[in-house]
Amino acid sequence: YLCQIDLQMEFGDVATSVTANPDATTVSIEDPGETPKHQTGPLRGSGREEDDELLGNDDSDKTELLAGQKKSSPFWTFEYYQTFFDVDTYQVFDRIKGSLLPIPGKNFVRLYIRSNPDLYGPFWICATLVFAIAISGNLSNFLIHLGEKTYHYVPEFRKVSIAATIIYAYAWLVPLALWGFLMWRNSKVMNIVSYSFLEIVCVYGYSLFIYIPTAILWIIPQKAVRWILVMIALGISGSVLAMTFWPAVREDNRRVALATIMTIVLLHVLLSVGCLAYFFDAPEMDHLPTTTAIPNQTVAAAKSS
Amino acid sequence: MAEAEESPGDPGTASPRPLMRDLKAVGKKFMHVLYPRKSNTLLRDWDLWGPLILCVTLALMLQRDSADSEKDGGPQFAEVFVIVWFGAVTITLNSKLLGGNISFFQSLCVLGYCILPLTVAMLICRLVLLAGPGPVNFMVRLFVVIVMFAWSIVASTAFLADSQPPNRRALAVYPVFLFYFVISWMILTFTPQ
Repeated sequence: YLCQIDLQMEFGDVATSVTANPDATTVSIEDPGETPKHQTGPLRGSGREEDDELLGNDDSDKTELLAGQKKSSPFWTFEYYQTFFDVDTYQVFDRIKGSLLPIPGKNFVRLYIRSNPDLYGPFWICATLVFAIAISGNLSNFLIHLGEKTYHYVPEFRKVSIAATIIYAYAWLVPLALWGFLMWRNSKVMNIVSYSFLEIVCVYGYSLFIYIPTAILWIIPQKAVRWILVMIALGISGSVLAMTFWPAVREDNRRVALATIMTIVLLHVLLSVGCLAYFFDAPEMDHLPTTTAIPNQTVAAAKSS
Repeated sequence: MAEAEESPGDPGTASPRPLMRDLKAVGKKFMHVLYPRKSNTLLRDWDLWGPLILCVTLALMLQRDSADSEKDGGPQFAEVFVIVWFGAVTITLNSKLLGGNISFFQSLCVLGYCILPLTVAMLICRLVLLAGPGPVNFMVRLFVVIVMFAWSIVASTAFLADSQPPNRRALAVYPVFLFYFVISWMILTFTPQ
């Protein structure tokens, strides 16, 4: 019984579960829009832990069974796009929670997305992030320059469009490049795990969630605080990404695998540091005028005595 | 503005809808937004005139008096327009993609009409700003904008929430929150020259 459920988990398709050889590998050609059938190999130790976790939740059985039977409408119909918004509130919250608490060994895609990638999360997280960065940057600059006589507050509305371009480009183009790269490597090396384009977009979108509270906390005009926040955010979202994509490249040449993970993390670093540098002015050293005044006073006191 | 009446004596001319009737319909919807109750008027007899008037008024009030408004960094007329309409369309599409059973134009109508409290807030802010800048001035504006923001959210949620299945209601309402928050931010950060 356990074996059959495992097969259903792995293949997501009820029809093939009973007759298929559990040790066989299936090869499927990935299309960006279709529900993916994962390539599977012999069940390994770590996979069994994941399956135990999945088995513990009754709802997961149903979603796995149903996922294999999703009907795909042609791409010019509205129903086709509705399949990407087929999530409930609690599922979105679960995915956000998963992106905030990366657990070693647990794969975000396997655990939370499970053949139901959604576009709701990535799109609205990016939208919120755009406005969070623009508004926080504006507020932070206002607070930093508050005392200055020559400062006149401007809402800096241009920066919203710039932020939007950067964030949305990152959230769509990097997954596209990564997906293309993984597909190319898949044609050379038989990888056990492969992701569809939408799943990669989904992971990237949800991994950006940590930057929303980070951007709001960046209002604090202390350099040390900002850099600590950058480290924390990078640590969390970088590890979510690394742990998600490591299974997809570990079968490959060691150097290629490591280089891929490093590139993913590096691009993430560039994004966060770039946003911090561009949207948030460096906090000025406010105490400089008083420190220059003090030596004058001591010199004057020395002269008068 | 002359009233266009139906004149059965003129053959071949299309009789245009009476202007007063349309104005009354718009005014009635304004009232429904200001006192949100469970009523279907906004949804059943949707029109886009109200939202258009509100959007143009808001965009005009967000303009500054100075000649070189480029350097001010505030939103241009076209930017406000684009944000309001593009935002409303995006929220409507989101609502429909999540499986809501509201029509496209009904949703646009509701979202547009519920900008009314924020337009009132903009008016009040401009009046308050005539008294000169200062922290008290800012606190008053902040209070007004917050109250009107809450009013807009409550009004639009009263109309839109029922159209979603209960397990996705929060997903459909959050973008509305974001939309009115951005507009409130634009109103609050308005600084005249």
